[in-house]
Amino acid sequence: MDELLERFLAGDRRALARVLSRIEGETPEGRAYLRALYPRSGRAHTVGITGSAGSGKSTVTGALAAEWRRRGKTVGIVAVDPSSPFTQGALLGDRIRMQDLALDPGVYVRSMASRGALGGLAPTLNDVVAAMDAFGFDIIIIETVGAGQDEVEIAGTALTTVLVNNPGTGDDIQALKAGIIEIADILVVNKADLPGADTLVSQLQALLSLAPAGTRRPPILRTVATTGQGIPELADAIEAHRQELENSGALESQRRDDARHQILAQAQAILLERIRRNTPVEELEKLVERVATRELDPHSAAEELANAVAGAPPKA
Amino acid sequence: MSAPTTTKKIRVLIAKPGLDGHDRGAKVVARALRDAGMEVIYTGIRQTPEMIAEAALQEDVDVVGLSILSGAHLELFPRVVEELKKRGVDDVLLFAGGIIPDEDIPKLKELGFKEIFGPGTNTQDIVKFVYENVKK
Repeated sequence: MDELLERFLAGDRRALARVLSRIEGETPEGRAYLRALYPRSGRAHTVGITGSAGSGKSTVTGALAAEWRRRGKTVGIVAVDPSSPFTQGALLGDRIRMQDLALDPGVYVRSMASRGALGGLAPTLNDVVAAMDAFGFDIIIIETVGAGQDEVEIAGTALTTVLVNNPGTGDDIQALKAGIIEIADILVVNKADLPGADTLVSQLQALLSLAPAGTRRPPILRTVATTGQGIPELADAIEAHRQELENSGALESQRRDDARHQILAQAQAILLERIRRNTPVEELEKLVERVATRELDPHSAAEELANAVAGAPPKA
Repeated sequence: MSAPTTTKKIRVLIAKPGLDGHDRGAKVVARALRDAGMEVIYTGIRQTPEMIAEAALQEDVDVVGLSILSGAHLELFPRVVEELKKRGVDDVLLFAGGIIPDEDIPKLKELGFKEIFGPGTNTQDIVKFVYENVKK
């Protein structure tokens, strides 16, 4: 066995850090580590924390981690911040809100840049989470990029998804819209000491009451993450959600849904890469010209490109 | 075709050890490195040497940049280096900036700091320095 992997399995945090970098770099070496570690994953309770920028995701994450440490659990945290669409650089600042955990040997925080991925996540997030899971953390908290209305990908990565809301950020029509609110297993009203918190809670309650009979109604909790108020109750609700999934058998079907989703997403990425690699630049530029001059529509151009590489289109 | 997505990103930790809260310089440098395409982890102010070393380990950074304006660099920098070594983080590029008297610079270089940037440094010089010296 590889020396780094051996150290990883012995619980060496430096080895974990190195393995995560290899995986994030999508190197053949990183893929080999993932292959070796994947069968050891699947034990941790993965918890997604999402919500808009400034809603308090990092502070909630830090407070939750501290709460679980008090309960004797080890915690891995993956915090995603956006990459620049122009320079691909990133400023990763989520650790700032997690200072109290900095020297706790039962906590490991890793910042990731979104590197162009959509949905508030990072391209290799699932792989990084799997490796942290294999390392043996009891809980893995995944903090998304600030997410507004449509970043629902986190639900396919985390067993429990928490949506962090704030008072004073829009009327009840915002809460009626489709999207991110539908994937929340738990709704949090953070900064609940600010004016408008009661209004927001009742708006959310009213919204949930409109859901069709028989659908699960996510609990609504109030927190003031900076003081820790409401955090033990939130940790309880998250643990109860996992229990609920286990008891109802939904855990197994959710794992299958997530696996299906991840396989298809990876297959899509592989095919796109294959098309990119096997398409001569001149061929692509010819299509670009025809689409730019409106001779051809982008959909037909993409089909031509895909057929040239992947063979005949499937029968309709 | 397009650039491969697998290019190794340079990861940099920018940290402020000690008790001074003047983080303008650290933020300017973090921003410049970000704009140069690097992934910059900013820890915020009032970091202990242990916290900085632990963050460097967990984030597996290639570069650690320290900013200090309190005058405590000869006290704190050796401890940062010691804490890094204690954790086996012995292959990162180290640099520093802030208010550091000229006569202290040789001592810091001896400690392993590759460069010390004083007030008025052009941020592009820091970008160039990192690209040229990062251990890949």
